[in-house]
Amino acid sequence: MQMHETHNTIAVPPDGARLRTPLIKGVKTYTQLSDDICRPVEGKANKWWWAAFTLSVIAMTWGFLCIAYEVGTGIGVWGLNKTVGWAWDITNFVWWIGIGHAGTLISAILLLFRQRWRMSINRSAEAMTIFAVVCAGLFPVFHMGRVWLAYWVLPLGNQFGSLWVNFNSPLLWDVFAISTYFSVSLVFWYMGLLPDLATIRDRAGLAGRKTMQYVYSWLSFGWKGSARDWSRFEEVSLVLAGLSTPLVLSVHTIVSMDFATSLVPGWHTTIFPPYFVAGAIFSGFAMVLTLMLVARKVLNLEDYITVEHVEAMNKIITLTGSIVGVAYLTEFFIAWYSGVEYEAYAFLNRATGPYWWAYWSMMTCNVITPQLFWFRKIRRSLVLTFIISIFVNIGMWFERFVIIVTSLHRDYLPSSWVMYSPTFVEVGMFIGTMGLFFTLFLLFCRVFPVIALAELKSVIKQIDERPENERPH
Amino acid sequence: MKYTVTKNNKMIAIIMMAVGVLAIAYGFMTNPNRQWANLLVDNFYFMAIALCGTFFVAVQYMAQAGWSAVVKRVPEAMGQFLPVSAVVMFIIFIFHGHDLYHWTHKELFDPASPEYDKIIAGKAGYLNTPFFLIRMVLCFGLWILFTRMFRKESIAEDLDSSFKHFDKSITLAAAFLVIFAVSSSTSAWDFLMSIDTHWFSTMFGWYTFAGLFVSGMSVTILLILYLKNKGYMQEVNENHLHDVGKFLFGFSIFWTYLWFCQFMLIWYANLPEEVYYFQERWEHGYKTLFILNFFINFIMPFLVLMARDTKRNKKFLFVGAAIVFCGHWLDVFLMVMPGTVKAEWGIGIIEIGTFLGFLGLFIWIVFHSLAKANVVPKHHPMLNESLRHHI
Repeated sequence: MQMHETHNTIAVPPDGARLRTPLIKGVKTYTQLSDDICRPVEGKANKWWWAAFTLSVIAMTWGFLCIAYEVGTGIGVWGLNKTVGWAWDITNFVWWIGIGHAGTLISAILLLFRQRWRMSINRSAEAMTIFAVVCAGLFPVFHMGRVWLAYWVLPLGNQFGSLWVNFNSPLLWDVFAISTYFSVSLVFWYMGLLPDLATIRDRAGLAGRKTMQYVYSWLSFGWKGSARDWSRFEEVSLVLAGLSTPLVLSVHTIVSMDFATSLVPGWHTTIFPPYFVAGAIFSGFAMVLTLMLVARKVLNLEDYITVEHVEAMNKIITLTGSIVGVAYLTEFFIAWYSGVEYEAYAFLNRATGPYWWAYWSMMTCNVITPQLFWFRKIRRSLVLTFIISIFVNIGMWFERFVIIVTSLHRDYLPSSWVMYSPTFVEVGMFIGTMGLFFTLFLLFCRVFPVIALAELKSVIKQIDERPENERPH
Repeated sequence: MKYTVTKNNKMIAIIMMAVGVLAIAYGFMTNPNRQWANLLVDNFYFMAIALCGTFFVAVQYMAQAGWSAVVKRVPEAMGQFLPVSAVVMFIIFIFHGHDLYHWTHKELFDPASPEYDKIIAGKAGYLNTPFFLIRMVLCFGLWILFTRMFRKESIAEDLDSSFKHFDKSITLAAAFLVIFAVSSSTSAWDFLMSIDTHWFSTMFGWYTFAGLFVSGMSVTILLILYLKNKGYMQEVNENHLHDVGKFLFGFSIFWTYLWFCQFMLIWYANLPEEVYYFQERWEHGYKTLFILNFFINFIMPFLVLMARDTKRNKKFLFVGAAIVFCGHWLDVFLMVMPGTVKAEWGIGIIEIGTFLGFLGLFIWIVFHSLAKANVVPKHHPMLNESLRHHI
């Protein structure tokens, strides 16, 4: 209090203090930090957790039943037809892959840009990356129909029954891109967890919880916290951050090439790679916000995931949302400018054809809603942020639906023009992946510390506003 | 401390400009079309560099970056070149637009004419002289206006230590970036893409932007290194150099990423209406330059600036920045020449002389503008953080 008063009496000092807000709220000691962040792992789950978990497991089970039905009966149980060969499946695939991008951006690119606020959200966002890729992977795999031959996508010799894979196909590039993405993300995420898991192990030991100590001791790979452990830890972290940086760009670039290398109007456009990447980050941050706004409340982490964090993420949403908006307008303009009638028709059909509602949902949710964050009040309002984040999630789903279905359903041959609508199996599978995602996330919240504890401890001195001699040691 | 423009600076700039004037005169006498195309190349290139100065300043405010406060006068000064680019661009378009920009031919739009071109006629709503001029006035007008406003706030801040200049700059930055997001693409379509009138690529605006950012960063680095060498900007240490070096390194990869995506997608789909753009750049001897472009703007900076130590070392950083500075001129050259002079191209007295002329003018304006204010700003709220920058 004393400090604040003296601070106000002098003329505003010419330094950035006003702009550098504390990274976490309140004055915390190391112990408090450990207590706050380990509490959800050490304590018992409350009824809200159980309710959410039950709901998620039901949705997941329903999804798996739908998958079982699809595998047992054949791919014909989906609503696909000869003209529209990709629809909900690939929409969901791209949507989920995109959602994972926030985690990679936070742990790689924001690290390069020295955005220290990322420390409060990187762990959970990276977890979302992994769960989202798991969900995404299900769609192309089950789209194969005969999933037991899924290994044919790998470049195996002909004696395995497959033909040698086609390296010219972007679908094969996807296999490599996504499996690399998944492996690197998983290793990076788990590596970061090691010191924190060791903290939980040690705390369990002190509390006399033998089983927990044993399990976490195993999970933490015998982390000792010695200088050598830390030195290796930091070296590997740097290498993995270096590997992750191109992955942020490459994964969605290659996903976009699934479309952009083709000759389908509305798909073949050079802006796709960077625009898909921006869109992925956009949707990823929306999902991080949707989940973390709830999680911070339920897990009592309001001091660690503050309004400042929300505001910072909202700024990224505005930036990436605007990039996506500029890309939409560019595509529309060039479709006209090009003088290619097929291209022009594809875009006209999107906006005014039978799927106009999908197009305008996409435009409203992705282009207009994020612009509301130009207002400081809105981007600092938790309720409005939550609502807008859901709008963005919906908008980005529609974006993929619009790109895929509206470009396909009216092809070069008008006699084969059709409409597409999903069957209960496709809808069920999508709901199932939602269930799977939330189930995994809820389990994660109970098993692993949702905030990177060791990393956050490294900045505690810098966020303490008290003079040196008053700080806890 | 203010920069003092030395006799040497003036001499060198004047000699370069004189060489430029002679080369331009020689060019007009021997091959006017090639000379005009060259003016477009150099003017666009230095316009992009100047615009990057303003863009860089705006981004620093918008992102509330702390480290860059100490170097911000350099990009600010670069922006002061924009009025020259505006004048030259108008001269080029008014006096020789007819030969550089195919779409300015009226008969292409007249269905009765044997020259009628259905595709170009379809673009009449966008590609017509009045609208083109309106866009030009709007783009340059807004860019210059914002450059001046940033500069005004920045200099006013030196005299009084209030936060209001900083706050106002943030507002300006937000407005500028929105304008830039649109105008950087439209200007790239106008000045460069419309040369190959039939051709189109949705990525073209962003591709040009990536080039703009990298070349602007390379000039920023070269200027910082020069000033440091002359005893100014001692506050800029290897940590700041590391950061500008990272920008140069990172965005040269980003440029390559966009270059590759644009090329690969068009090559892969192989549609005649798109692929002819690269076909043109494969013939008439452009092929060597086309491949060189990739090497000089990707492989070279990648190898030179990969290591941490090279980004912190003045000599290596100089080499990296100089390569990129020359390399991106080549990139603009390749965007202009195949569509304008076709097989008549060359890199000789005309090209080198014109380039030197523009460089001399750029040096003259930027150095004089650096001399008008402290090389390192005072009272910038982030200055303390920037002076203590350590990575």
